[in-house]
Amino acid sequence: MDTYVIRTEHLSRSFGVVQAVNELSLEVPAGIIFGFLGPNGAGKTTTIHLLLGLLEPSSGRANVLGFDTRSQADQIRARIGALLEFSGLYERMSAEDNLDFYGRIYHMSAPERGARIKELLSHMDLWERRKEQVGKWSRGMKQKLAVARALFHHPSLVFLDEPTVGLDPVAAATLNDDLASLVAREGITVFLNTHNLVEAEKLCAQVGVIRQGKLLAVGHPDELRQEKGGSQAEIFGHGLNKHMVELLRKQPEVTAAELQNSHLTVTLREKSEIGPLVSLIVKSGADVEEVRRGKANLEEVFLTLMEEKS
Amino acid sequence: MKDISTIMWKEWKDLLFQSGVTGVVRPLIIIGVLGILLPLQSKASWLHLPLAGVLGILLIPFFVIITMVGDSFAGERERHTLETLLASRMPDREILVGKIGAILGYAWGIMLMGLLVGLVVANIAFWKGHVIFYQLDLFLAVVALSLVVNALGACGGVLVSLRAATVRQAQQMLTIGMIVLSFGGVFVVNLILRALPPGLFSSLSIAALLFLIVAIVAVLDLVLLGITFARFQRSRLILN
Repeated sequence: MDTYVIRTEHLSRSFGVVQAVNELSLEVPAGIIFGFLGPNGAGKTTTIHLLLGLLEPSSGRANVLGFDTRSQADQIRARIGALLEFSGLYERMSAEDNLDFYGRIYHMSAPERGARIKELLSHMDLWERRKEQVGKWSRGMKQKLAVARALFHHPSLVFLDEPTVGLDPVAAATLNDDLASLVAREGITVFLNTHNLVEAEKLCAQVGVIRQGKLLAVGHPDELRQEKGGSQAEIFGHGLNKHMVELLRKQPEVTAAELQNSHLTVTLREKSEIGPLVSLIVKSGADVEEVRRGKANLEEVFLTLMEEKS
Repeated sequence: MKDISTIMWKEWKDLLFQSGVTGVVRPLIIIGVLGILLPLQSKASWLHLPLAGVLGILLIPFFVIITMVGDSFAGERERHTLETLLASRMPDREILVGKIGAILGYAWGIMLMGLLVGLVVANIAFWKGHVIFYQLDLFLAVVALSLVVNALGACGGVLVSLRAATVRQAQQMLTIGMIVLSFGGVFVVNLILRALPPGLFSSLSIAALLFLIVAIVAVLDLVLLGITFARFQRSRLILN
């Protein structure tokens, strides 16, 4: 079997003069959570629509689970689960009936559906409220139910389009925990559209960054941090001043330097050493007590990429 | 068939049985009109299907369909459930036939219940010493006509709802369509009848004439169903 569940080659889609997806070439390995990061309007949702065969590409091609999105979209949709831009729940129906409907769509037997409803709703702490109309639920509960629906028929690949958008931090964290544990337990691949970088960093084994329909970078979050984020250092001590900040900024290996309260924050270029810079500060009269090295987080990488390409 | 029945199950659950008391009261009112009010007004002649009965059988389910069918796709679009349904494995034709079948089955089912209640009420209220059934040939012809006419309404309504952005827009378009069809239909039928040789249908009984109309409307049903299938494109529905 192919180790990649999604492959796209120069996939493009335009709407009039707007190029929503532009020459996207991507490979998503099986069994991971793949984060597709980008600002609003970057082309993330259009990419999902193309991968599900709901939209025809203007050019290029895509292959999902070994099936071509143009000619075998039915085969793809039979094997995937999806939580798209909206939860897609029938609010006048109960939680149980919502799941039951999707179980029926995927030809699951009545005992299978009953068992799966109990399993997923119990996992999500929603079992006691299964008979209630979904319209009366909070947004967080609805999103949990929508995730359960996407996983209901044991798909091998699940598309989630910004599942935590609009949720408060507690609800988002709970949903992410539920999602991570379910994905680990069921061994599925997840294509996760998000602009929540903390979420991506926590959940994703690989991320792709898209902007204005173009893929800017792809890889493990650590690799991206290494490649794009450089590293940071915090220098603590006495006698640190603005003159030293100016001095540091003139050094070729430094991309940014700031005096924050009583310490200096220095952002370094790739593979740069902090030692010579510390010596420079000491020579300038500072009494350095502590140096802390750290990597840039995914948010900084993301912002760097956005700035680089704009 | 399994997929069609799944869609019909969802439609009935979502639209009809989850809307609280009104979901139950609405069909009861219609059954009351068709099964109690009209038979009591028509007295014993109800079982010979007077004009009021024929119009009731034809028009009551038709109006039920026209008031509800706009919701079929436009409602799903408005409530943001359409995209998820289209992303599922459910085939195009099964979605369409399921939606048409659900609304037609509901309206036509209510009408049949009304006729059954009317049979009981007419027999009890105007008892002749034995049970009397509807005049069979006329009853079958009218019921068949009701089915094809209402299928036409359901197909047309779904076709409008497919491309309407909101339920309100769908209902406005259906109302305008009904006005145009009513007046335009009378005009066209009148023209056709004038063009035909006089006395062409004089040898036919009313039931036979109705069956002839059933056949013509059934052909129109198939044409409209074909158009609806052709207009059902997931990519267009996603972008609308």
